Amino acid sequence: MDTPIIRHHIKPCTGLSRRRFLGAAAVLSGTLAIGTTLAAFAPSRAWALATTHLDQGQAETILAMGKALYPHKDLPDAVYAILVKDIDAQMGDGQQAALLTEGIAKLNRQAGGAFARLSLEKQTDLLRQIEGESFFQAVRGQCVTSIYDNDMAYRHFGYEGEVWSRGGYLARGFNDLHWLPDPPEQASPSMKS
Amino acid sequence: MAKFDHTDDSVVVIIGSGAGGGTLANELCQKGVKVVVLEAGARQSTETFIQDEWKSFSQLAWLDKRTTSGSWRITKDFPNLPAWICKTVGGTTTHWAGASLRFQEHEFRARTHYGEVKDANLLDWPITLKEMEPYYARAENKMGVTRTNGVPGLPGNNNFKIMYNGASRLGYKKISTGHMAINSRARDGRGACIQQGFCFQGCKMGAKWSTLYTEIPLAEKTGKLDLRAECHVARIEHDKAGKVTGVVYFDKDGKEQRQAARVVCVAGNSIESPRLLLLSESAKYPDGLANSSGQVGRNYLRHTTGSVYAVFDEPVHFYRGTTMAGIVQDEAEHNDKRGFVGGYELETIALGLPFYAAFLNPGGWGSDFASYMDAYTRTAGLWIVGEDMPRESNRITLNQDVKDQHGLAVANVHFDDHPNDEAMREHAFKQSTAMYEAAGARKVFRTPPYPSTHNLGTCRMSARAEDGVCNKHGQAHDIANLFISDGSQFTTGATENPTLTIVSLAIRQAEYIADQMQRRQL
Repeated sequence: MDTPIIRHHIKPCTGLSRRRFLGAAAVLSGTLAIGTTLAAFAPSRAWALATTHLDQGQAETILAMGKALYPHKDLPDAVYAILVKDIDAQMGDGQQAALLTEGIAKLNRQAGGAFARLSLEKQTDLLRQIEGESFFQAVRGQCVTSIYDNDMAYRHFGYEGEVWSRGGYLARGFNDLHWLPDPPEQASPSMKS
Repeated sequence: MAKFDHTDDSVVVIIGSGAGGGTLANELCQKGVKVVVLEAGARQSTETFIQDEWKSFSQLAWLDKRTTSGSWRITKDFPNLPAWICKTVGGTTTHWAGASLRFQEHEFRARTHYGEVKDANLLDWPITLKEMEPYYARAENKMGVTRTNGVPGLPGNNNFKIMYNGASRLGYKKISTGHMAINSRARDGRGACIQQGFCFQGCKMGAKWSTLYTEIPLAEKTGKLDLRAECHVARIEHDKAGKVTGVVYFDKDGKEQRQAARVVCVAGNSIESPRLLLLSESAKYPDGLANSSGQVGRNYLRHTTGSVYAVFDEPVHFYRGTTMAGIVQDEAEHNDKRGFVGGYELETIALGLPFYAAFLNPGGWGSDFASYMDAYTRTAGLWIVGEDMPRESNRITLNQDVKDQHGLAVANVHFDDHPNDEAMREHAFKQSTAMYEAAGARKVFRTPPYPSTHNLGTCRMSARAEDGVCNKHGQAHDIANLFISDGSQFTTGATENPTLTIVSLAIRQAEYIADQMQRRQL
């Protein structure tokens, strides 16, 4: 399977400690927009991610790649930052680090400087040109789990996740669709019958 | 639970504990037969099942390496994951969606009924629907299948409401929440479905039938079952006369063990079962066990599948409730006016956000892909399940260049779609699209087949020894005390989801084995 089987945790964090980031290679940070789904449930609107291996330019390139590969208008950078965190973890492996370092450098060269500063349209064109390369595959494959398998994404896209602790959907909307007629009892018996 | 000696050659050894192996074990134990079940996976429970798609996948799925070849898209997207099946006590009955349909009469006579199909290796089953009916009835009762034995149908979820409306507007008539081995009422010591979704991740309610918490504990209660989890069978041994005498396996510590046996039953699913027969080659059986026909591993079937997803303006939340929440059966019959033989079912499907992202268009990216993800809560979906054509060239072989953690050659799965499969899939895609458009869909799109969950046919049963691997009892043509006890024995794939037929065949096989043992024929 091209998607690694891993679980991601990056949570909007409170009380950002500068000390924590002193040894970091790069720091990405941001603020969840007021009024968004995520800001409503996050303990703090501020978030930050410190990398171990990726430098600032590399981290920003990966973040931009994630946003160009899976462009969601309102999805906060905090979610795309999980991709940076997971790619950063991949850099612990020497062979993978070489692949990623070279790939990022090449992409920035092709962008004439900084891939992150290009328009989405230009980024998309560049990505299409490298679609067959293993660097592209490595980042794209990681996106599928990094971006879509985390609590913030669940909230953003409206997926409710684990439901056992809440007693299933029997009384929580499994059949709450009312914009089409209900099927007859024979096709779809109620639980009371 | 019993503990039998490794040298006890009076036991029946069953390899695998899923729909075939788990059912066979219980049926034999109930008749007083001593059984050792060797299961490669670990034992989970309703308490340990995880409602998180990737975590659950790591917990239940068969992740030992496999390789792929052929023109199917799986070789590109999931080259080492040809099948989404399980390595755990209970096998793929932990993961299945619960659809429990009897085969149609003509599907047992595919060669006769469909005629000759070029480049297909069609054959009639050596059994008929009439012979199977009493066993289907027992299986339905055992599994608590809805709309049988007075068990009411399940209530349909939002995904089904859309299917129902679209299909009925298209003129389809056979639309319902189906025959499901999911309790709509508490029954048989198990609770009723509370519409959680996560049917694929192990039912935490235990409402969906699985051998893990039905057949296996019942068998353990008899004192006749010795279930050994995390035991991977490496080869089956035989004596000079050619009869099998036992199995060699690696236990959970990776230590090699040997278990003697009076009878060996192979139920490792249609990739592992032929792999094991091939790995068991010997001077006497240079092409592998039970392979005088050369058919071991051939005729690999995976059903003609594909998915169709549809985006609406209004909320759907298709992940709420049973995964297979409803079915359209109007296309299930054979009607060659459509340009293909056999039929197909349309069954609702839903994936959680993580798996939707992974399977919607493997390898896909860009703004279209993102827009489908944005519409996640407004999406409905279905899965196509149709009869695919057996082909000798679609087969499981040993890949001697790649070894698993035990140093054994891994299975290579080769598959090319037959033109009949392609014609059927195209028809099903078009009908599904029309159906969703009739229900008001904004956008409808097709998804290629997932890694296979229905793996069938690689040790097929046949009337004549030269056409297949086993007879109508699943007994190997070449070796009387060797049995095939899973979906590998299917002669053809039929349209229906296979589990009910696997369970029915296991009940039938248990009767035969117990009877033959009593008569000292085994």
